[in-house]
Amino acid sequence: MNNPYLPYPARLTGVREETEDKSIRTFRLELLDPGQAGAFAYVPGQFAELSLAGVGEAPIGIASSPTEGQELLFSVFRTGKVTEALHALAPGAVMGVRGPLGKGFPLGDLKGENLVIIAGGFAVTTLRSAMVWLLDPANRGDFGEITFIYGARTPGMLLYREQLATWAARADVACHVAVDRPAPGWDGQVGFVPQIVAEAAPRPENAAALVCGPPAMIKYTQPVLSELGWQDGQIFLSLENRMKCGIGVCGRCNVGPYYVCKDGPVFTKAELDLLPKEY
Amino acid sequence: MQSYLLAKDRLDGFVSRLADRLTVYVPAKGADGLWSFVASGSAQPPLALTPEGGNTNMPPKSFVFPRTEVLMRFDNRAGEGGMILREEPVPAGRAVLLGVRPCDAKALAVLDGIFGRRASGDASGEVSGGAFGADPYWAARREATILCGLACNYPCPTCFCDQMGCGPHHREGLDALWTDLGESYLVTILTERGRELASDLAPAAQADLNRAESLKAEAASLLTGKFPMDKIAQRGVLELCELPLWAELAATCLNCGACTHVCPTCHCFDIQDEVKGERGRRLRNWDTCMSGLFTRHASGHNPRGDKLARVRQRFMHKFKYIPVKRGEAGCVGCGRCIKACPVNIDVREVVRAMNEQAPQTPEGAA
Repeated sequence: MNNPYLPYPARLTGVREETEDKSIRTFRLELLDPGQAGAFAYVPGQFAELSLAGVGEAPIGIASSPTEGQELLFSVFRTGKVTEALHALAPGAVMGVRGPLGKGFPLGDLKGENLVIIAGGFAVTTLRSAMVWLLDPANRGDFGEITFIYGARTPGMLLYREQLATWAARADVACHVAVDRPAPGWDGQVGFVPQIVAEAAPRPENAAALVCGPPAMIKYTQPVLSELGWQDGQIFLSLENRMKCGIGVCGRCNVGPYYVCKDGPVFTKAELDLLPKEY
Repeated sequence: MQSYLLAKDRLDGFVSRLADRLTVYVPAKGADGLWSFVASGSAQPPLALTPEGGNTNMPPKSFVFPRTEVLMRFDNRAGEGGMILREEPVPAGRAVLLGVRPCDAKALAVLDGIFGRRASGDASGEVSGGAFGADPYWAARREATILCGLACNYPCPTCFCDQMGCGPHHREGLDALWTDLGESYLVTILTERGRELASDLAPAAQADLNRAESLKAEAASLLTGKFPMDKIAQRGVLELCELPLWAELAATCLNCGACTHVCPTCHCFDIQDEVKGERGRRLRNWDTCMSGLFTRHASGHNPRGDKLARVRQRFMHKFKYIPVKRGEAGCVGCGRCIKACPVNIDVREVVRAMNEQAPQTPEGAA
């Protein structure tokens, strides 16, 4: 029997400093066992437990797309015991990965629709996965217009800079990358995410929105979408809660009748509106 | 279904013959005055299967879900093979628990669903973790533990099993049910593995079966505290979360976690790593939703940061969330939390108030 608590041994093959404040690093991982690497089948929006023996585990969204090959990317904000220890690791280190866990974005069900992707701050990670997946030649033709809206405090706080540039250069993506305030050397858009969404005015007809960001961004983006005619069932959000088991047993990510780890982390706005705000 | 008879004066002999093949655990009173399941060899003869106070102080849940359990081990050193977590095998060897109350057996059946144990031959059973399959630690211990129940002829004043899809002579989760007929036990075999325990017993007579049936009816008639739960089932999660009773309850509740500790269905756990020199291990420990640390993020944000949210969580989880998810209550009515609560919170009163305060018609309806 497979043991869902047992992490797959993985080697850290790359570490990249993402932001100017050095709080976020992207870790590139390769599962040591080729069989396990081949069987690690995931979709954008899923997460994994990053596991450090002797320290513990942290649930982190998968930033890579399965279309990129078997190496996995995780962008991690340094904030607790596990993420602190993770940031101290150098390439070559052996750690563990447990997953893929949870339900990702229902991209398979959204074929034929226009997609609007709205990201704020470092919550862009699983939306990077979604974008790479959607723009893959094997998938791009299955979707209509793709709008990508991403805001960060400063240019130096934007993740995946090179990737953003390639998306901006594509004719089949409406790419809106913005920073909160004007900054030296920044010639892109300026403004908070809700304002950028209002300017981009994505149409709700035959469309879905994937929205990830800090609570304040979500709170103020919501009325903008409503104003544009978006319904709560068209808006997909991703929750983060403290987790341990990752498989819907240990109880701590429980919100209403759902376990964020197993029934989520992706929920529609309509689903979340029926729950206590315990996330 | 086959039934056998065991005279009470032959109980000790029966248990010691059984103990030649399996480890047998029976209820016994410890030096601390508390009743728990102990290996039959260390129990003072003559054995008595009925604890004072009706049931063991702690449920037998820990036989399947220990308070602390090693999940994995690793070599705490860099280099080849180091820092790689390896599965800890569940200790081999089968055990029989003799004298399990029906509520506690039903609790294990409820937890079977939550831990994702697939019943033998049931291909449609939901399994937690999807492709990962069931919780292997739970499944292994559950498979190795045979449950012999003892029906309750005299339910306690704190019992409300009949309200929770259970009952004093309920059989769910058990491999055999014993009924105390006075001078003897009626042993009713419920599963194949329950059968192997009864190989040397004499068949019961129809009169014994009739006697057990009337004891069952008498026991049921002693449970009188009925409370409706219809509105809890009908109303939405948010409507129930907003009821005024939670603030009142939170003012009293200490968030001490005694209720979750003694509960036969509480199953929340923590996972922690321990390191000593070159050896390391990953364990899981019982945890409690009453603790603020249970949900607190590394960032400091806490989804259930106040006492109200935490005390509400325990009742909502058992009486709304688990029923929505699994079609049965996450409570079996054993009444231990009523006895354990230092501020006299009575789960029956809480559920009664939830149902009373729940709006008659759904929010927004005319």
